[in-house]
Amino acid sequence: MTQIAVDQMKTLGYARPPSLWDRTVDLTTRSLARTFAVGVVLLLAYVVYVIGWSAVPVIREHGFNYLLSNTWDTNGDTPQYGLLPAILGTLYSSALALLIATVFGVAIAIFLSQDFVPRKLEVVLKNIVELLAAIPSVVYGLWGIFVVVPLIRPFCNFLGDHLGSFPLFHGNLAGPGLLPAAIVLAIMVLPTISAVSYDALSSVHPRLKEGALGLGATKWETILKVIVPTASTGIFGAIVLGFGRALGETMALAMLLGNVNQFRWSIFSPGNTLAALIANNFPEADTDQVKVLLFAGMVLLAITLVVNVIGAGIIQFANRGRKGAVQ
Amino acid sequence: MSALSHGPVPVPPASKLFFRSYGSPRTLISMGLSILAGALTLIACVPLFSVLIMLLIRGGSRIIHSGLTMFTSLPPGAMAKMGEGGFSNALWGTLVMVGLAALLSVPFGILGAIFLAEYSPASRLSTAVRFAAKVLTGLPSILAGVFAYAAVVIPDGPFARGAGVLFRLLPHPAAALPGAPASMYFQLYENLGAVSKGGFSAIAGAIALSVLMIPIVILTAEQALRMVPSKMKQAAVGMGCTKAQVTWKVVVPTALPGILTGVMLAIARAAGETAPLIFTALASDYLFPVDGHPPFVHLMRQTASMAVFIFNGSARPQANLIELAWAASLVLVLLVLVFNIGGQLLSRSSRPRGR
Amino acid sequence: MNTSSAATTTAPVAPASLLTHPQTQHVPGNIVIDVHIKELYYGKFKAVRDTRIPIERGTITAFIGPSGCGKSTVLRCLNRMNDLIHEFRFDGNINYRGQNIYHKKVDPVVVRRHIGMVFQQPNPFHMSIYDNVAFGLRLNHFKGDIHAQVEKSLRGAAIWDEVKDKLKTSGLALSGGQQQRLCIARAIATEPEVLLMDEPCSALDPIATRKIEELMTELKTKYTIAIVTHNLQQAARVADKTGFMFVDTSQGGRTGYLVEFGDTRQIFDEPREQRTKEYLRGVFS
Repeated sequence: MTQIAVDQMKTLGYARPPSLWDRTVDLTTRSLARTFAVGVVLLLAYVVYVIGWSAVPVIREHGFNYLLSNTWDTNGDTPQYGLLPAILGTLYSSALALLIATVFGVAIAIFLSQDFVPRKLEVVLKNIVELLAAIPSVVYGLWGIFVVVPLIRPFCNFLGDHLGSFPLFHGNLAGPGLLPAAIVLAIMVLPTISAVSYDALSSVHPRLKEGALGLGATKWETILKVIVPTASTGIFGAIVLGFGRALGETMALAMLLGNVNQFRWSIFSPGNTLAALIANNFPEADTDQVKVLLFAGMVLLAITLVVNVIGAGIIQFANRGRKGAVQ
Repeated sequence: MSALSHGPVPVPPASKLFFRSYGSPRTLISMGLSILAGALTLIACVPLFSVLIMLLIRGGSRIIHSGLTMFTSLPPGAMAKMGEGGFSNALWGTLVMVGLAALLSVPFGILGAIFLAEYSPASRLSTAVRFAAKVLTGLPSILAGVFAYAAVVIPDGPFARGAGVLFRLLPHPAAALPGAPASMYFQLYENLGAVSKGGFSAIAGAIALSVLMIPIVILTAEQALRMVPSKMKQAAVGMGCTKAQVTWKVVVPTALPGILTGVMLAIARAAGETAPLIFTALASDYLFPVDGHPPFVHLMRQTASMAVFIFNGSARPQANLIELAWAASLVLVLLVLVFNIGGQLLSRSSRPRGR
Repeated sequence: MNTSSAATTTAPVAPASLLTHPQTQHVPGNIVIDVHIKELYYGKFKAVRDTRIPIERGTITAFIGPSGCGKSTVLRCLNRMNDLIHEFRFDGNINYRGQNIYHKKVDPVVVRRHIGMVFQQPNPFHMSIYDNVAFGLRLNHFKGDIHAQVEKSLRGAAIWDEVKDKLKTSGLALSGGQQQRLCIARAIATEPEVLLMDEPCSALDPIATRKIEELMTELKTKYTIAIVTHNLQQAARVADKTGFMFVDTSQGGRTGYLVEFGDTRQIFDEPREQRTKEYLRGVFS
């Protein structure tokens, strides 16, 4: 406003233009906000870059041979660092855990989102399931060793003795093994599947439910034939995200799988995953082994990035057009 | 036509027509499924209670036998008797590193969320930022540790190099402030010097943890900021607030409970993490991050933490150490649950009108 | 010299310097806001055309008309609230004390500090009653006695007696009518020259509405008020001047325009335009 008008303004009321401090804060907030927002993107890029770059020494020396090699032998003059058993172990253990977690996670999401229990109980149960994810991984590892393994051992040995010829049940559960690890992993992952599926199921428009019930469908017919199919994209995204979480889980598996670099189909045998391998070996690793572990880190990053990006993309896709959904 | 000539069709009595028939397959299946879903839900809740009971029994026995010495003693040696030793430095390490990580990630996350909610809600940049944050939430925690190791711990890493540059530019404290060894500047100078040499440190640990915390804070804070009713923002604009004034004087204070929830959940997550700390802060049996020796704040050396303490303790054969690991687990889980449940309560209290 | 406190029944004349300054030469002394809207667009949609309304000091000017005729749009132009909408385009000028507030160099933040607004939905901040009223004072770095000014504003909004014992309680805990009076107190705390009110009573019950109408007639001794209302009786009761707007559908779209403007008495008793007559007859009979 022109200076004359401003001078006249000063004698009217108590309004004043923003002070220099106000203007500085305005400018600073604007630029800081933008900087940190861009910073998140840069952080992701930098993390990927650093982890990838740290794997370069091994790639230069050995190419990608370690990805396909089965032998892990740290002794001797030419130590072998075959990562294949760990990679297969990662995929196998996560798939097994995902099987269990999906059944439970989706069932819980349906149970809690479709008015089976009064609202207050729903909130309590939802919170309990969320808290499952809050327990630190290392505590789950302890619990797995001291509670789960003794609990399932009789059952596993029964299966091993009677169905041992079937490769899946070969052998006995000596201590650490795939099955207890998969069970604990499933417990850690099911809150993710349950929460995201719950969101997908809740966002199905009530009109669809009303339509089905109006035609005489039972509650479960409505759920299984109308609501779940509508939410199926979101639920699929939940499962993919859960898979991503399972792939990256470290401590519980480090404590429950036994750190044995051999891949076996039997669910009672010990094994290894990339993450557990890295965690178990790092404290005692020499410089060469550290380089290999960094390489393993890059492999793990590649796998989890792909899975997580796909999962996030599926959920973004499922949410498009939803009112109030953030794109 | 012939049907009509036989007179009206007999109708079963109205009372029976609409009854649910409990024998019909449809009903049985329906009930069976409901029971199955409910059973699965209840089974899923069991592990939480099983873990807690386990912790109370095994960790509690430590408290019963040795009182609260575990809070004040250092980790015991392999030869120590049952009941000796504690995890005092590990507890301090967790508190210091999580606190430092929060200091780094909370402003980062809140300002980023302000950008997403207030300045640019629907641009391509904000879509990219949200996507990056979602991908980062799925980053395996061990890779956060690997990242911090490669970036901060390694002496040739960019962090150490950058710190080294800064270090060489600063004047030595003796020259700048003669005769004041305990001053803040001296502390900073010492720490910076150590940073430029790389190595395992609490700072590296804090950086690894903040990589895990930032996406949680920014995504939950954005949701909280969006929930502020737009009519309140219009009132502030109508009064002649600059954009920053609308944000800081009205939007953020109103959204504060939701923002705090996100912060508490992020803190709870960071406190429970082990893998990132193995790569960055490692562990220590006798060092504290903050103690009575100058320069009093030692962020540049190996630091113990509760999570790593538990991990290390679980692998040892000594019963004393295993019992201590259980006690530490109890304390850690209580800490984590308090923050989690606190965050959940906060978010429910700020949204009294249901979902 | 505080001109607003000197305003009584005779409209004071602006100081001579304002009259002779080159940019303000053509403005009659007692017009505070001179509205000239040629065309107003939201993207491709022409919302308003050809509207000229002079708002005089110390009066209540009402904008009436059917819904969609652009009256709220015009009101929101006066303090540049329409800037918040992305595709807003404006051709014309709005002179506040002779200065075109849509000039490139004008900062809308400064404009809004001198022109207060009360909205249709009461929107107190998530703070105590005291902090709500003190908000504008703190915003403008008020150096005087904040407590006294808060009390003055709450009295001026006729709500002091109801809240004087609970100033520290949340503003959201009040009833709808009280919240709206709180918003009025908040708006007048800094004693802006002009007060805009966008259907301030439409969300309130008749008793609260009555209270606010009484309040308006008191406020106009100190403030210039522009009000949008769909309640014709309210306009007839309260306003000194009235502008009647209508919707032009002749070109396919719905564009608002000013049909007639004048003293309220004249508009309601002897409207000049045919449209005005039809509208008033349709609503009243």
